[in-house]
Amino acid sequence: MSKKELRDVRPDVTWKDITPGGAIDSPGNAHLFRTGDWRSMKPVWNSEKCKQCLLCNPVCPDSSILVNEESKMTGIDYDHCKGCGICAKVCPFKAIDFVEEV
Amino acid sequence: MGIRERLSGNEATAIAMKQINPDVVAAFPITPSTEIPQYFSSFVADGVVDTEFIAVESEHSAMSACIGAQAAGGRAMTATSANGLAYMWEALYIAASSRLPIVLAAVNRALSGPINIHNDHSDTMGARDSGWIQIYSENNQEAYDNMLMAHRIGEHPDVMLPVMVCQDGFITSHAIENIELVEDEKVKAFVGEYKPAQYLLDRENPISVGPLDLQMHYFEHKRQQAQAMANAKKVILEVAEEFYKLTGRKYGLFEEYKTDDADVAIVVMNSTAGTVKYVVDQYRAKGLKVGLIKPRVFRPFPVDELAEALSKFKAVAVLDKADSFNAAGGPLFTEITSALFTKGIFGPKVINYIFGLGGRDVKADDIQVAYDKLLEIASTGKVDSVYNYLGVRE
Repeated sequence: MSKKELRDVRPDVTWKDITPGGAIDSPGNAHLFRTGDWRSMKPVWNSEKCKQCLLCNPVCPDSSILVNEESKMTGIDYDHCKGCGICAKVCPFKAIDFVEEV
Repeated sequence: MGIRERLSGNEATAIAMKQINPDVVAAFPITPSTEIPQYFSSFVADGVVDTEFIAVESEHSAMSACIGAQAAGGRAMTATSANGLAYMWEALYIAASSRLPIVLAAVNRALSGPINIHNDHSDTMGARDSGWIQIYSENNQEAYDNMLMAHRIGEHPDVMLPVMVCQDGFITSHAIENIELVEDEKVKAFVGEYKPAQYLLDRENPISVGPLDLQMHYFEHKRQQAQAMANAKKVILEVAEEFYKLTGRKYGLFEEYKTDDADVAIVVMNSTAGTVKYVVDQYRAKGLKVGLIKPRVFRPFPVDELAEALSKFKAVAVLDKADSFNAAGGPLFTEITSALFTKGIFGPKVINYIFGLGGRDVKADDIQVAYDKLLEIASTGKVDSVYNYLGVRE
């Protein structure tokens, strides 16, 4: 996290240091906003059932299907997954369970 | 030496805008401020300004266009009155909280209803908590001068707030008076270039403006905005000092007229102050020690300075050209009495008059009623009525 990003989003920024008018001068910082807190249902990836078809990736509204440089799915980004369940629904191999968040 | 002219308040304001030559003017016509964008659009058509004039379909759009232009890095101006200002309401708050130093010529008119086109202060008084700096003008000269100072105040790095320059509809906006204009090149040098620290069209340093701001940060932004308003007081005086050096015309947070040895004083804003000065002179000729305090800056409210200035009087009448409908006095009255209380000043007896609503003519006779009551209070020490209406048929 850059110094600028810190100023925009850190929870302990004071009124003297915060950006005037709420302007954000470190664009592209949505990754710092942890929308995963909103989740009540959770997708759970089962790597053994997964055939790496990657149908889940393009349908995820939160870009939370993690894919590595070899184009292999590696897991789910729980910091940003809001638990909509589309990935579980679309998976032809039932490799994603959709369970209650505890 | 400036240029001697004779102009209406609206003409003077439009000429100030011509000399300022802003990047964008977005406006919608509404009586009695209509002439300002009307004159200004002729300057645009004649090519004497470089301004992009946006003929919008409403005041909500006018303020929104100004917000966009100012956020982009330009200097944006507009003019409006009464219901037009009311229609800008939510955008007024967005301009101030986004810290965009837009300048608005507010030509005071009674806010509906019943519908009325004449002068009182119910429009801008309603916007007093919107976060805009508010400067009031007694006459055409002051409306012009305040306009020339507005950008310097609003755009100061310690302030960055929008500014409303107020004058009385018809009374000053349409009355032609002698005026001394500042030469174009001197205005240009005085107002200077707008150089915001951050703006949307800065490709090297991209920003987002107006994001969602929730429990975590909203309060800090509002606290910072409140500080900007507090900072404005010093900046207003600094700019006034520089303006004095340029023109010889002196401005403060408020004007004190024959108050040095006065026993009683009236506090009133805008054009009525001129009528009050006339009555003060008459009473002074009779040996009666009366004076006037005319607040020029209402936002930020000069709380300490006004309380100090009022502390020496035996009785004070605050004249409000707007009612708060709080059953406890007009807005200027409640702020002044609050200022006196918090400074521990309990000497002066303070009464309130709501006057001149909907353009009801305010004559010297009406002002005499207030001064006679004050002189009576000063001699008896007794106040029989705090909340009063002046010039209404009983």
